[in-house]
Amino acid sequence: MHEPWWISLIKAFLVINLLLLAFAYTTWFERKLLGRMQNRYGPNRAGPFGLLQPIADLVKLIRKESFFPAAASDLPYIIAPVVSAFTALAAFSVIPFGPGWEINGWQVDGVVVDVPIALILVFALGSIGVYGFIVGGWASESKYSLLGSMRTCAQLVSYEVSLALSVLGVVLMGQSLALTEIVTKQEATLWFVLPQFVGFVIFFIGGVAESARAPFDLPEADSELVAGYHTEYSGMRWGLFQMAEYINLIVLAGLIVTLFFGGWHVPWVERLDAYGPIWFLLKLGIFVSLFIWIRASLPRLRYDQLMRFGWKVLLPVATLNALVTAFFVVLI
Amino acid sequence: MPQPLDTFKGFALTFRQIFKKPLTQQYPEYKRAVYPRFRGRHRLWRHENGLEKCVGCSLCAAACPADCIRVVAAENTPDHRVSAGERYARIYEINLSRCIFCGYCEIACPFDAITLGNEYELSEYDRDDQIYTKDMLLAEPIKKIPVQDSELYDTPIPYYKSHS
Repeated sequence: MHEPWWISLIKAFLVINLLLLAFAYTTWFERKLLGRMQNRYGPNRAGPFGLLQPIADLVKLIRKESFFPAAASDLPYIIAPVVSAFTALAAFSVIPFGPGWEINGWQVDGVVVDVPIALILVFALGSIGVYGFIVGGWASESKYSLLGSMRTCAQLVSYEVSLALSVLGVVLMGQSLALTEIVTKQEATLWFVLPQFVGFVIFFIGGVAESARAPFDLPEADSELVAGYHTEYSGMRWGLFQMAEYINLIVLAGLIVTLFFGGWHVPWVERLDAYGPIWFLLKLGIFVSLFIWIRASLPRLRYDQLMRFGWKVLLPVATLNALVTAFFVVLI
Repeated sequence: MPQPLDTFKGFALTFRQIFKKPLTQQYPEYKRAVYPRFRGRHRLWRHENGLEKCVGCSLCAAACPADCIRVVAAENTPDHRVSAGERYARIYEINLSRCIFCGYCEIACPFDAITLGNEYELSEYDRDDQIYTKDMLLAEPIKKIPVQDSELYDTPIPYYKSHS
């Protein structure tokens, strides 16, 4: 049975709001966890346990003046953060969070839109999102922003290659580009993290670099530089860039869960699959915490180390992984 | 050489910290005791008989590197006697938003009329509120600042601070 269009609309509305909420509380959770890892409390003033901190931050960002450099090119300058935030949000729409249910005779899929090329769509949206960073830096008409956006661009483009290659193994094993199909396949066989462990490691590292987080946070490098491409941004425009970064992180965690850890599926206990979103969120949370843990533990890479690691280590290993997987898939 | 084992040790270290109690001192609830010679907000002093110690000589204003003290002196008259000397400070203002808390004013003062207290919570919403008038400086400070036991420190408290 096919899902009627208005259910998709309701789902899209719900998911986008939940995603924004998740983004807000990811920032809270990150600051909290990072604080505890550094023997600090983290935010604890706004509300109980600092739970109102994201809302306070939002109010502050919206009320703050959105500084506008006189020399900036208007349209690209304003559009850039919007593009980044939009693509990040849109990418989540193809990530499945449940097996699908039947409510009052209506079919409800466990994904906002079930497209057959979901994986390509995610990568395509990610690549468009990079434009936001590049154009934002360029349109600011400031040499530091431009240098920052070049740095960001170089990093994101280099790691995108290995990122795309590392999921090739999963695609070959799942024999589909649709993320729902890949999850179903893992449900039928086993989580792809076991046969595709190398692919998982590459995807994980590449993903951390792609979402520009520590130890690959050279685009921002907050302890060394003022900022990267968003030097000339302030107020909620800056907030949109930050939002794009965090939602990319959530999307990345969602992708890892979907591609390698069976998405909403729990092994052995079939009847728990109906509660898919809970398991999905749980797994998502584990990976987001892992990213925060990494941020607390690892020092930032140097630029040449970053490039060397991306091109000379990750890319060959990813290629080899894809080749070996292809070989076994054909053979078996 | 990359040392993967040490990297994992680092991960273990950061993970262990989660279960420790944070070292943060929660400031407004917990105020760390200041040192006995901490230089905070100024105060002006009176003699035991109620007369002001300040004679309006403006030496503090002259010594002030930040130029934040303003003294306007007036003559004491027999029926309007404010200070022990010939003159008194009709206006005595300290602009605490300019003050650098160097303490030169208390060193310059020949009558130990001005000293720097221990109070350091001096934030205001308005810049005008940072200008402390003579009445405010003469009044006993309301806020109680914890001060560490001076026995713990071997630097003696100068006479002009301990006896004013």
